[in-house]
Amino acid sequence: MNDTVALLQKFNAHPDSRCWYVAWNPKGTLLASCGGDRAIRIWGREGDSWECKTLLQDGHQRTVRKVAWSPCGNYLASASFDATTCIWKKKNDDFECLTVLEGHENEVKCVAWAPSGNLLATCSRDKSVWIWEGYLSQSLSFSVDEENENENEYECVSVVNSHTQDVKHVVWHPTQELLASCSYDNNVCVYKEEDDDWECRATLEGHTSTVWGLTFDPSGQRLASCSDDCTVKIWKECQPEGGQGTDTAWKCVCTLSGFHGRTVYDIAWCPLTGALATACGDDGVRVFKEDETADPDQPAFSLSAHVPKAHTQDVNCIAWNPKEAGLLVSCSDNGEIAVWNYQSGV
Amino acid sequence: SDQRRDHVIRTIRDPEKPNTLEELDVVSEECVEVQELGEDEYLIIIKFSPTVPHCSLATLIGLCLQVKLQRCLPFKHKLDIFISEGTHSTEEDINKQINDKERVAAAMENPNLRDIVEQCVTEPDD
Repeated sequence: MNDTVALLQKFNAHPDSRCWYVAWNPKGTLLASCGGDRAIRIWGREGDSWECKTLLQDGHQRTVRKVAWSPCGNYLASASFDATTCIWKKKNDDFECLTVLEGHENEVKCVAWAPSGNLLATCSRDKSVWIWEGYLSQSLSFSVDEENENENEYECVSVVNSHTQDVKHVVWHPTQELLASCSYDNNVCVYKEEDDDWECRATLEGHTSTVWGLTFDPSGQRLASCSDDCTVKIWKECQPEGGQGTDTAWKCVCTLSGFHGRTVYDIAWCPLTGALATACGDDGVRVFKEDETADPDQPAFSLSAHVPKAHTQDVNCIAWNPKEAGLLVSCSDNGEIAVWNYQSGV
Repeated sequence: SDQRRDHVIRTIRDPEKPNTLEELDVVSEECVEVQELGEDEYLIIIKFSPTVPHCSLATLIGLCLQVKLQRCLPFKHKLDIFISEGTHSTEEDINKQINDKERVAAAMENPNLRDIVEQCVTEPDD
């Protein structure tokens, strides 16, 4: 391994609680984190260190499990164990709660914005995936008397019940209106819209335990999943056998096993470099690089870098900075966030 | 430290009966395995047998073990908790739930469930 992951900064983000998730804004200048203390914190760079710019304490009654920035960067969504999803609007360093999405029967495990900015997906322990449509102002600057009254209208356009258990994560395709979800039922589902209704078009079976995370490659042609079975699987969409049909077929084209000692909680595919990073319950952070192979249907990945004790407890989340190649963030059960610089020797 | 660990397990009370799990023989010494994971870090594997083959109580006992051990073990550890093979019909389902830390965390935010668990894990002289 010529490649390295160097620690840039480590700080306590959620005192005496788990930090469950951390997300870069689209510009790569801010971090949003959330945790078991029911708070959301926004972090900005001050020189070489990261400072807390905003604390959102009263949005949720229970753990905040995930946060997601809108594609324009002006809004933040938060998913909570209190069964609600909050949409926040950014006004300088402050965030104001625009609306609260209700409907799930119990804990919301994830929220994700579609690249188009108009659609949101949420998923829950109630086994369902909800698609919401809303209209948000895309403008970067606005004055007080130009508040769009329709700005906080969100309605649910589909509820899909393809999983048989707790749904852990949802992720949108980078360019198409296609959604993927993964679950405690060990499967991954892929959804497309048909006649104004969202439907499951493919069920990806193969993992032998809960699937915790999903990420698309930069082109959207492949999907990577990570699981409690300690493996990572790479899936590729392929032509279904026997002619046409509206269902797509996804095949597992690669399995990375023997690398992770415990549950793999999160996985992230770098949109700039194609490197694949994982967050593991053995406290480690790993980066994989794709080998150059002749056959695109049989990709191979090698372990490029490994930080065995990235944190002193489970690593829950890992995310690549969307603008700065090699900049990586992780967070842990010990409440810490760590910022890393990954450098590939080649 | 082995003694301390065992003591902690034994003081958990069965939610249905007033005696501790040790008195009921729900958890006994041979069912605790300790593996060294690295410097000063241990993997603790616990296999327990519930006294009644009732699904929700077994899950509750598993939850109590998770909570108590995470709080009380003084050394760095990873924890896996299982129902002893053969003692329960839906043991795979129960084991999956009690080892899912997100499910455990959410369960402990449910006030009713949290109260029951807190009662079970309190030391007799607390």
